Amino acid sequence: MIQLSDVSRSFVVGGQTVSALRNIDLSIADGDYVSIMGPSGSGKSTLLNLIGLLDRPSSGIYKLDGGNVTALNDEQQARVRSEKIGFVFQSFHLVPRLSAAMNIELPLILAGIPVDERRRRVAQLLDNYGLTERADHRPDQLSGGQRQRVAIARATSMHPSVLLADEPTGNLDQATGREVINLLEQLTEQQVTLILVTHDPVIGGRAKRQLHMVDGQIISQIES
Amino acid sequence: MRYLDVVQFAAVSLQGSRTRTLLMILAMSIGVAAVVVLTALGEGARRYVINQFSSLGTNLVLVFPGRTETAGIGPGMLLGQIPRELSLDDAEALLRSRSVGRIAPLTVGSSQISKDAKNREVIVLGSTADLMTVRHMTLGRGRFLPPGDVHASESVCVLGAKINSELFGKESGVGAWVRLGDRRFRVIGILSRQGESMGFNTDEIVIVPVASAHMLFNTSGLFRILVEAKSRDSIEQARKDTETILFARHNGEKDVTVVTQDAVLATFDRILRALTLAVGGIAAISLAVAGILIMNVMLIAVSQRVQEIGLLKALGAPAAKIRTLFFTEAVLLSGIGSITGLVIGEAGVLVIARLYPSLPVAAPWWAVLAAVATSLGTGILFSVWPARRAAQLDPVTALAGR
Ligand SMILES: Nc1ncnc2c1ncn2[C@@H]1O[C@H](COP(=O)(O)OP(=O)(O)OP(=O)(O)O)[C@@H](O)[C@H]1O
Ligand SMILES: [Mg+2]
Repeated sequence: MIQLSDVSRSFVVGGQTVSALRNIDLSIADGDYVSIMGPSGSGKSTLLNLIGLLDRPSSGIYKLDGGNVTALNDEQQARVRSEKIGFVFQSFHLVPRLSAAMNIELPLILAGIPVDERRRRVAQLLDNYGLTERADHRPDQLSGGQRQRVAIARATSMHPSVLLADEPTGNLDQATGREVINLLEQLTEQQVTLILVTHDPVIGGRAKRQLHMVDGQIISQIES
Repeated sequence: MRYLDVVQFAAVSLQGSRTRTLLMILAMSIGVAAVVVLTALGEGARRYVINQFSSLGTNLVLVFPGRTETAGIGPGMLLGQIPRELSLDDAEALLRSRSVGRIAPLTVGSSQISKDAKNREVIVLGSTADLMTVRHMTLGRGRFLPPGDVHASESVCVLGAKINSELFGKESGVGAWVRLGDRRFRVIGILSRQGESMGFNTDEIVIVPVASAHMLFNTSGLFRILVEAKSRDSIEQARKDTETILFARHNGEKDVTVVTQDAVLATFDRILRALTLAVGGIAAISLAVAGILIMNVMLIAVSQRVQEIGLLKALGAPAAKIRTLFFTEAVLLSGIGSITGLVIGEAGVLVIARLYPSLPVAAPWWAVLAAVATSLGTGILFSVWPARRAAQLDPVTALAGR
């Protein structure tokens, strides 16, 4: 359960204050599939970063699963990210010198999961995403679609309850993009909350809930 | 995150930039190796000098003519400058002390030695029968100078091993006559081969009775008196007695210098230890430089891996963990560097030991310890800042690569 009440985020750039988010009130239930659309600079990424605890609101309160996470310190927030949140980025963000398998294993290593359990989960994920043959390949030896599959596998390795995807198809062709969206949508069937930022109205239209942002505000919501 | 995983992650990161890693390890290991090799040389020189001294004799008190102005041991004494004579009777008088066991007066000169058509320049040492015991000499053939009246100028001589082989080839010259300057001497003994010790190569000297040497060189003074105390405990008493006796004989004038060999040794020991320390210290500077290099490399690594740091944060790594990761990388670098350096250094010491077998080279343990401590210390110290910088990055800006 994600609850944002009266959340604003502003940046000070060269002495001027830029409001990226203005008084956002938003609640997203567990297992929801939400898409966020809107013009460039409307605050979509900023909103996603706040939800993902990569950024803090300038004002307002953010409650995750009932707890006020805005009040947490760096270490506590990192723990919440590790346990509850998975990220999928437009530019994949894989570690270039690590193999596909090690990239997937990374959150598990950081969380201190025992080696046996790690091996088991990574093997399972490689299998789920059809990457078993590519396990030892480095990111530069993978296609864009494969890279994003590695990224999704990594994002789900800790079984997060919230998956945040910021334009995950932005660097992919249409067919591959569709494939990636399918993989993400499959996750929503397992009670994972999926929040997807996209510029593609076709992709955005598939979500149960569609938010439209302009100038730091949610101007309309469509529920289907 | 498990400790082993941290180390493994750091190791993989280092492998990611192989050239840079190797260069760092090289810089670090050269520093460590330099400390090890240079201090080993210094220590080798120190031990060499100590060995040389003890081969000269034990429980020795040395008497030089003349007195240097300053207290302690100056170069003048060791070179044996002669401002006022020390006589053979002075030497004999020393036996009155109950702490003195044996004495060996020494006079030195150089002369031409010839046998038939062969001749060469030699150092001639004038002394007495006790010289052999006092100076730990060993005889190869024949006998040493005859005991008895020190004023007797018998025409006998003992040859160094090399002199013998030059004049007589493989044969022993014992019994033969040789000419020293304008006098004839009968060879009564040959020293066994000993090689160089404290600048005197006993293989290339000729020893004659001190009175004969005085006649040969037309002098009456002594170059030095070697006094052997009866035991280790009586060295100090022997020194005091020697001073008292000699000052009394010289009408209270303090015109001789009396030092114990231990005091000379201690001075050399101090000088060479200080030298080793200084040389080691200079080498240690290169370690500090290597540490600064590591800092720069880590800073570059931080700026090159901004996105990765952002990612690690997004994946749930708190600032402390990022710090640990970068810190571990630096520790691993300097750790591998110092181990490599130790291996290279010890190998270098082995090579030197092979090339110069007479030099007892060995890196002192404190230098090895200091080298490793300095390299690890600088590696750790200089990685703190880059690690902090990495940890302080804002995840959103870091992910954007800004
Ligand atoms: N770190 C920052 N410093 C200053 N201003 C920022 C920063 N991050 C975002 N902004 C500003 O906040 C506003 C919203 O940015 P945001 O990145 O959320 O837009 P977006 O909707 O994701 O756009 P796009 O579709 O282009 O990704 C923009 O005006 C942007 O310039
Ligand atoms: Mg954006």
